[in-house]
Amino acid sequence: MKTLNPLLIGLSAVMLGVAPWIINAAPYESTMGLVQKIFYFHFPSAILFLVAALICGVASAIFLFGKKASADGWAIAAAELGLVFGSLTLVTGPLWARKAWGVWWVWDPRLTSSLLLWMIFSAYLLLRKYGGPGSDKLGAGMALFGMANVPFIYVSVNVWRTLHPQTSVVPTLPTDMGIPLWFCFAAFAMLFVALLNLRARLEHQRARVEALYLAEDEA
Amino acid sequence: MNSDFETLSVVDLARHYGRRKALAQVSFTCQAGEIIGLLGPNGAGKSTLLNILATLISPSRGRVEYGARTAAQGGAEIRGRIGMLGHDLFLYPELTARENLVFFARLYGLTAVEAVAQASLARAGLADRGDDLVSGFSRGMRQRVALERALLHDPRLVLLDEPFTGLDQASTEALVFRLRERQQAGCILVIATHDLEVADGLLSRAIFLKNGRIVGTEEDSRGLSERYRLAIQ
Amino acid sequence: MIGSFFRVAWHVMRKDLTVEVRSKEVLLTTLFFAVSVVLVFSFAIVREGRAPDDVAAGILWVAVSFSGTLAMGRTFERERYNDTLRALLLAPADRPAIYTGKLLGLLVLLALVEIVLVPLVGLLFNAPILAYPGRLATLLALGTLGFAAVGTLFAAMLVRVRSRDTLLPVLLYPITIPVMIAGVRGTAALFQATPDLAMAQFWIGLLVFWDAIFITLALWTFEPVMTE
Repeated sequence: MKTLNPLLIGLSAVMLGVAPWIINAAPYESTMGLVQKIFYFHFPSAILFLVAALICGVASAIFLFGKKASADGWAIAAAELGLVFGSLTLVTGPLWARKAWGVWWVWDPRLTSSLLLWMIFSAYLLLRKYGGPGSDKLGAGMALFGMANVPFIYVSVNVWRTLHPQTSVVPTLPTDMGIPLWFCFAAFAMLFVALLNLRARLEHQRARVEALYLAEDEA
Repeated sequence: MNSDFETLSVVDLARHYGRRKALAQVSFTCQAGEIIGLLGPNGAGKSTLLNILATLISPSRGRVEYGARTAAQGGAEIRGRIGMLGHDLFLYPELTARENLVFFARLYGLTAVEAVAQASLARAGLADRGDDLVSGFSRGMRQRVALERALLHDPRLVLLDEPFTGLDQASTEALVFRLRERQQAGCILVIATHDLEVADGLLSRAIFLKNGRIVGTEEDSRGLSERYRLAIQ
Repeated sequence: MIGSFFRVAWHVMRKDLTVEVRSKEVLLTTLFFAVSVVLVFSFAIVREGRAPDDVAAGILWVAVSFSGTLAMGRTFERERYNDTLRALLLAPADRPAIYTGKLLGLLVLLALVEIVLVPLVGLLFNAPILAYPGRLATLLALGTLGFAAVGTLFAAMLVRVRSRDTLLPVLLYPITIPVMIAGVRGTAALFQATPDLAMAQFWIGLLVFWDAIFITLALWTFEPVMTE
């Protein structure tokens, strides 16, 4: 793990560095114009946003029911990354929407559900920050509900407003657009894994320092 | 399965809140028929220790053994053998004394709850005030009801948090009498208190706590206040 | 086993209601707050003496969720006051049974609030509340159940937290949005000029599903979350 992190970070840095050229080389989409290129960053961050929710929920369940203290480190790391990648998604989305629909924000199911998930991550982190002692358990309980919400939010908003275009674009993308997309996705994914590792390790080391501090004069 | 226990063992107990050590390296054992006093200044960890003994807080390290079992192994059965009188009395002020007692008797799964409540009221010396709201009671009366509430289900282990606070001479004597009676019945009693004068004659053994640690348990001929001064200061 | 579960839940609920009958504090303040919410919204929405169509459902559910949060906070504040929540947790009863009892008590309270709130909204915003009373009652019951199931758990676990009053809505609203959406859309389907019964039915089905998930999760997490 330890040697993997610099490798992942280095690789994703190089890939993100060359990404602009690769994205630039991809074909120019005629209706959306330049704005379409946002998609190459928007899609990976949106997927990782959902992955973060999944990791946070599963880690919380393991922490709460499996009584594994280290799982909490993963949960909080995933929650923070979820907020970061969610923010990326929420910033790049409206940029696209402005061009596609003429407004920054529409109450489209995808936008609404992303915003809600982002709110759940924020609420979780607020609880962790201001919940005082014992907030790790409370946060884990909250995260379980948050994870259960992910598919539900999606289904409900889908029926609630059906005017959005059914975007099953990704699998049908032409290869010269698909290659830069998956290239960017790989770069983002590696960055995500590396950051998750580092953040969880920080949390685990903090726990160890705590334990050492507390054990210090008890030997 | 019989969930009674003859001994209560605390083994290397520690509880942290973040970096604050509420308790560290606390170990002691008590036998049936003993009254143990937890003495120490505010913030010494007395309440935390009582709550851990009551299974309401889980320790960061170490364990509590109720006879041969720990709280995790005993679960509800162990909880059912513990009676606790908290500092905040654990009573609903909007209910009458009788309603409070009946409610908790039912929660503990007792039968003949009305009779149990009546007997408890009589022991609290409140047989004729049973249908008055607890909010109208004086501190001493509340304390007596609260004590009887904690003892409703004939617990094996009785935990009391500052039971003498705000009591007059007569109430204190009645309380001491009732605790002695429980001691004779073979209960283990653990009392956290400030009141050294009352505690002096009552305790079988004193445990002095300071900053979450045991700073003295020794038994000697000196008075309790003298020993407290030596241990704490 | 099942018998003792419901016995404990029943006694906890009865205790809560007895306390409430004595003081009436939570009921009256919650009710007044719900009415205030309706009024505040009407100031924001009414133009030239008329409310736009299709707002009644939204206002109704906003009032239910706002006042519900208040009631949750207050009922657990009461358990905190003399530390009686500790006494409940110390009893050898099943902890989920205690949760269930608290939830049932809260539901009775919210039902009473809604009995006043629904006619009021119907009257002020010209909503046909009597057109399909059975379906409307089902929607309200299921929506309130889902909302209160999560709220009771969160309020209980926040009892020990200092900033509980602000954290409760912060945690509760994002999580219960699905229930709110289903409630609002289902109710709106009943209130519109040509009621869409199939749509209302769909949302009722979805509410049943969510309630099942939320209650299962709450019963499951209550025990580990309540041990400090």
